[in-house]
Amino acid sequence: MNNTAVKQETLLEVKGLTKYFPIQAGVFHKTVGHVKAVDDVSFTVKRGKTMGLVGESGCGKSTTGRVLLRLLEPTAGEVSFAGNDVFKADKRQLQRLRTQMQIIFQDPYSSLNPRLPVREIVGEAMLQHGIASGRRDMNERVIEVIGKCGLFPEQASRYPHQFSGGQRQRICIARALAVNPEFVVCDEAVSALDVSIQSQIINLLKDMQDEMGLTYLFISHDLSVVKFISDDVGVMYLGQIVEYGGKQQIFENPAHPYTEALLSAAPSFDPKARNNKKRIIMEGDVPSPANPPPGCRFHTRCPFAKDMCKEIVPENKELEPGHFVMCHKAHGLL
Amino acid sequence: MRAYIIRRILQIIPVFLGILIILFMIIELSPGGPMGNYIDPKMRPEMKEALAEKFGLNDPPVTRFFKWIGATLQGDLGQSIKFLKPVTEVLRPMIGPSLALSSLSLLLAMLVGIPAGIVSATKQYTLADNSLTVFSLIGISMPSFFFALLLLKFFSVDLGLFPLFGLRNPLYNAPNIFAQMGHMLWHLALPTVVLGLGSTATFMRYTRSSMLEVIRSDYIRTARAKGLAEKVVIYRHAFRNAVIPIITLLGFWIPALLSGAVITESIFGLPGLGKISVEAVMYRDYPIILAINAMLAMLTLLSTIIADILYAAADPRIKYN
Repeated sequence: MNNTAVKQETLLEVKGLTKYFPIQAGVFHKTVGHVKAVDDVSFTVKRGKTMGLVGESGCGKSTTGRVLLRLLEPTAGEVSFAGNDVFKADKRQLQRLRTQMQIIFQDPYSSLNPRLPVREIVGEAMLQHGIASGRRDMNERVIEVIGKCGLFPEQASRYPHQFSGGQRQRICIARALAVNPEFVVCDEAVSALDVSIQSQIINLLKDMQDEMGLTYLFISHDLSVVKFISDDVGVMYLGQIVEYGGKQQIFENPAHPYTEALLSAAPSFDPKARNNKKRIIMEGDVPSPANPPPGCRFHTRCPFAKDMCKEIVPENKELEPGHFVMCHKAHGLL
Repeated sequence: MRAYIIRRILQIIPVFLGILIILFMIIELSPGGPMGNYIDPKMRPEMKEALAEKFGLNDPPVTRFFKWIGATLQGDLGQSIKFLKPVTEVLRPMIGPSLALSSLSLLLAMLVGIPAGIVSATKQYTLADNSLTVFSLIGISMPSFFFALLLLKFFSVDLGLFPLFGLRNPLYNAPNIFAQMGHMLWHLALPTVVLGLGSTATFMRYTRSSMLEVIRSDYIRTARAKGLAEKVVIYRHAFRNAVIPIITLLGFWIPALLSGAVITESIFGLPGLGKISVEAVMYRDYPIILAINAMLAMLTLLSTIIADILYAAADPRIKYN
């Protein structure tokens, strides 16, 4: 992006976002504990930029995306979107927010209603929110938006099962963009696709961003994809963002041992780089989010863990401007 | 689609023939025979012979089978041994009440069971869902004769709101056809509830489980993310996808309702197919047993075709050619 000199406006600000799922057991469904899927997560997304969110499966990436669109009700926290408090919005305000915040899901096979033709899938929300003035207008707009996404007008009357995976994801994107949103959560939007199709879809997302000035929250476990598309990156582990910063900072200069381990595990296409790369092998499995370890959540698998890490929760400190990390070692305390 | 329907109807023919062979064999193999009701212990052998000849029981089974099939295909279902009348004449007045009773109870089951199942699924684990679950368990486990007696005791004997039995009061003179229909509906109300209870509960449980599965899917989340009203999400997006198992159930239930009305018809003294088939079995009235069973078999075959056609109507992914 060439307008770095311009003061970047914050579009989305997330503070202390928390989502616990109750674990119920016994005859009377007594709540015996909570799965702490997202635990006190804060970050900001700048207008027109892409924030990548990476982490292993089960670390709370998708839950974060869903809670901040209020597809799931939050346990605690605050989300401010262009000055609106998302969690305090009433039914009508939420309806309006739905036109501004959209989501693209991972699986293009299950996220499209098999009973509806593309025209309905894409156009339905236009009618609901009064963006299209009638069915004829809707039809024109649908053809326009699917055209932008690389589909032909005659495909509007077909059903999802008549498309390939990549085409289906194009429908999903068209569907999300149909209401002219400002912000789109891409929840593993390319993970279910072939690598060759992945690049097409990522390029489409990028083109749409340039054309419509979109802001993305790009959730993925694929580091190379995140590196390609993101401006800022957050690394999640067990419901927390353990490191957050600009793309350069995270990929060139990772401060958290977990980030380093993730980066070292990513395959490289350069054989020379492959040889001098040191693999950091993490031991054990991800602990249960129902009962996260005390102190630093990563200490059970961290090669550098000391006694301090088992007891004291590391602070989320800014190492350099815009680069936050939750690690005693990175803070120079070990 | 048209070719498909024609092909399916043509496929009915061999299946139906097979069913008829098996039916005939089962009846032939079962002990006893229609003669038992006519034979006097003091009867002379030549009289027995003459009686058997009269009912056409002297021929070997294979000959009788082909005779029966041949006559049936020409629309002649034979003579009832018990009633000494043509089978068609015996059954004709019975079909109307049975059909009315079973279609009314199926209607009840769908109108109550499906919405209740949707409510139950959308409000999973709430008081409403739990109460409906208890109701459906009662509905499935309650023996119909007991439920019928409870209803009769309460609504007919104690409150006097509904008639005790029969399809019409012979002393009642209807001024017009609508009054006559109302009169019959009034008589059919309690039997409909009794017969419909189990199917209502079954429809409810099927709708609930099928809806629950659909509600959890991604495209429902997509529909919510679009900002659609909850009603639209549930009825336009979820229910349409949940309807396939309900159609399957419907296909099974149509013949089951006709044959399952035996107990209900007997308790309420309704002149219907259920009642007459019990009598026919007791009397070993072969032609009637065969005719009723053949009819139910045909109904089952047709219901499956109808269900298959409805699948295609409900789901664009299903295409026949």
